Amino acid sequence: MQNNTNTQPQQHPISLYFKVWGLLFVLSSFSYLVDYLQLQGILRWSLILVFMFLKAGLIIAVFMHMVWERIAFTLAILSPPLCILVLIALMASEASYTNLNRLIFFG
Amino acid sequence: MDNTSQPTTSGMNGLIEDWVSDKDAFKNVSWGKTMMWIFLLSDTFIFSCFLVGYMSVRMTTDVPWPNTSEVFALTIAGEHIPLILIAIMTFVLITSSGTMAMAVNCGYRRQRKQAAILMLVTAVFGVCFVGMQAFEWTKLIEEGVRPWGNPMGAPQFGAAFFMITGFHGFHVSIGVIYLTVVALKVLRGDYEERGYEIVEITGLYWHFVDLVWVFIFAFFYLW
Repeated sequence: MQNNTNTQPQQHPISLYFKVWGLLFVLSSFSYLVDYLQLQGILRWSLILVFMFLKAGLIIAVFMHMVWERIAFTLAILSPPLCILVLIALMASEASYTNLNRLIFFG
Repeated sequence: MDNTSQPTTSGMNGLIEDWVSDKDAFKNVSWGKTMMWIFLLSDTFIFSCFLVGYMSVRMTTDVPWPNTSEVFALTIAGEHIPLILIAIMTFVLITSSGTMAMAVNCGYRRQRKQAAILMLVTAVFGVCFVGMQAFEWTKLIEEGVRPWGNPMGAPQFGAAFFMITGFHGFHVSIGVIYLTVVALKVLRGDYEERGYEIVEITGLYWHFVDLVWVFIFAFFYLW
C-alpha cells in the first residue's frame, strides 16, 4: 500500500467544517433541552436517540472523512458494530428475566 | 504477485509469505489510517460492552435509578441548573473536535504552524474536559457515591458511572498526550517529506473520543 504519494490529500473548504461544527452545537443544545424541559416517556427516549445518531453521523461522516472513503473501506469499518445489536437484544431479554425474578422473590 | 500464482513456500515462512502477499483491499488508504480505524473499531466494542453492561444492570435492578438530572446539577450564582456541568463538558469536547478538524485541514494545506497550534488548542480543550471530569468525580465521591453503593438509589449506579466515565476520561488523557507529541513533531517539521496524514490519523482518534462521549451523554446522562 505504498500509494500515499498518488493519493490526492483531502481538501475541503474550511467553511464545511464550520457548518458541521455549528450543527453539532445546535444538536447538543437540543439534547440538553430534552433534559432541561423534563420531557418524559417515549418522546424523551426517541428525541435522545435521534439527536445522538445525528451527531454521531456528522462526526463520522465529515470530521472522520468517512463519506470520502471508498465503499469497501466504509463497510469494513462500519458494519461490524452491527453485531452489538445482537448483544443488546440478548442482554435485554436476560436482564428483564432477572428483573422479573427479583420482583417475584425479593420485591 | 498476482492472486493465481502457486504458493512456493510451506511451513512458517509460507504463513508469513501468504499474509504479506500484497493483496490490498483498501485502495487509497494508507496502513497508518487503516490500522487506526481498526483500533477504533475494537475500541467501539469495548465501550459497547460497558454501555450494554450498564443497560443490563439498570434493567435488572428493582431499586429506582438515581435521577442523573439532579445528581449532576450545579448551583451557579444562586441558580439551580440541572445537568449543567455535563452540558458544558459536551460543548468543550465538540469545540475540541472542531479545532481538530481544522488542524487536519491546515495539515493538508501544508500550513504546519497553524496545524500544530490548532492541535495544541485541541489538547488544551481536552485538559479542560478531564479537569471538569475530575471535579465531577470529587463531587460525587464527597456525596458518598461508591462503586458498590450510593445514597441516591440503585447501588449499580456508582459502578457504571466510574467505569464508563473513567475509561472515557482515560481515553481523553491519552489523546491529550498523543496530540501534544504529534503537534510538537509537526511544529518541528518532521513530516515535511512524508506529508501530513499523521494529523488526520491523530484526528481520527480524537474524533472517536468525542463520538464515544455522544453515546455516553445520551445513554448515561440523559436516559
